[in-house]
Amino acid sequence: MALNHSDGVPSTAKILISGGFGVGKTTLVGAISEIRPLRTEEPMSDRSVGIDDTRRVGAKTTTTVAMDFGRISFPSGLVLYLFGTPGQERFWFMWDELSIGAIGAVVLADTQRVADCFASIDYFEHHGMPFIVAVNCFDGAPRFDPDDIRIALSLGPGVPIVMCDARDRDSVKHVLVSLVRYVMSGSRRPDRMSLG
Amino acid sequence: MTRHDGPEDRWFDRDAGPVVRPYALTMGRTLPSGGESFDLIDVVVATSGRMPEHFRPGPEHRRLLSLCRRPTPIVDLTSEIDLPLGVVRVLLGDLISEGLVGVLATQKQPATDQRLLRMVLDGLESL
Repeated sequence: MALNHSDGVPSTAKILISGGFGVGKTTLVGAISEIRPLRTEEPMSDRSVGIDDTRRVGAKTTTTVAMDFGRISFPSGLVLYLFGTPGQERFWFMWDELSIGAIGAVVLADTQRVADCFASIDYFEHHGMPFIVAVNCFDGAPRFDPDDIRIALSLGPGVPIVMCDARDRDSVKHVLVSLVRYVMSGSRRPDRMSLG
Repeated sequence: MTRHDGPEDRWFDRDAGPVVRPYALTMGRTLPSGGESFDLIDVVVATSGRMPEHFRPGPEHRRLLSLCRRPTPIVDLTSEIDLPLGVVRVLLGDLISEGLVGVLATQKQPATDQRLLRMVLDGLESL
């Protein structure tokens, strides 16, 4: 049955928060939104074979992922969801699930472990998902020039790089605003948006 | 996640999983009967349809139906009912097949939807 959007029906949107394990994804989401739990127990489908290493699990045909997500409700009726992408390789099949219908992604980077976010960048580039890089600047962490980070991550000139403190609400707000402005600027070709 | 502390994995308490395996609630089905695919942020809402006589809803069907009296995104339903997403999808598929629930699909290419993007931007900037 098809329904139409009308009064009382929320508009929904989602943004992905990606990056290496322990880089501060959950901290970032928690700084700006209400955190809620989500359980998924997904059958391992064809798309996960070859990504998940199924040899060690024998006949097991489902895999359980416990994750959190962030939710921000706005007075306009919009609800914005922030989903952290699971870091472990065996959950990569979840990325497609999370990516479809997303506005874009924030790749959170830690300058001391830059290589940890390569997988995220590769994924979003491959799927034509617009993303920005947010560099989480911890207290006392060495500061880097964005140009050096761009080179270290082999990022194209158009991808925005913003400095942030994942614990700070205003800083996280700036990150999300930067992503949405970047997506609105339409500097990507829409024909690369399909995940199919 | 799972701890490996010996040749055999030892699972205690919650690690051992629920007493009733989640897909027992769906009688082993892992995909919705109508072949629907629901996005996490699709909004579902109960219709005013009457319960068909042949339909035998389980307690989880009834809880879902009650939760979606107000239009609710699937991800919130799933979080609220504390069942795995795959299970919720199957149960929702049953309710849709019986005409008890409708789905509002969300924009699949939101990055090109300027109206939605403007809503998100305005919302974030007002925080």
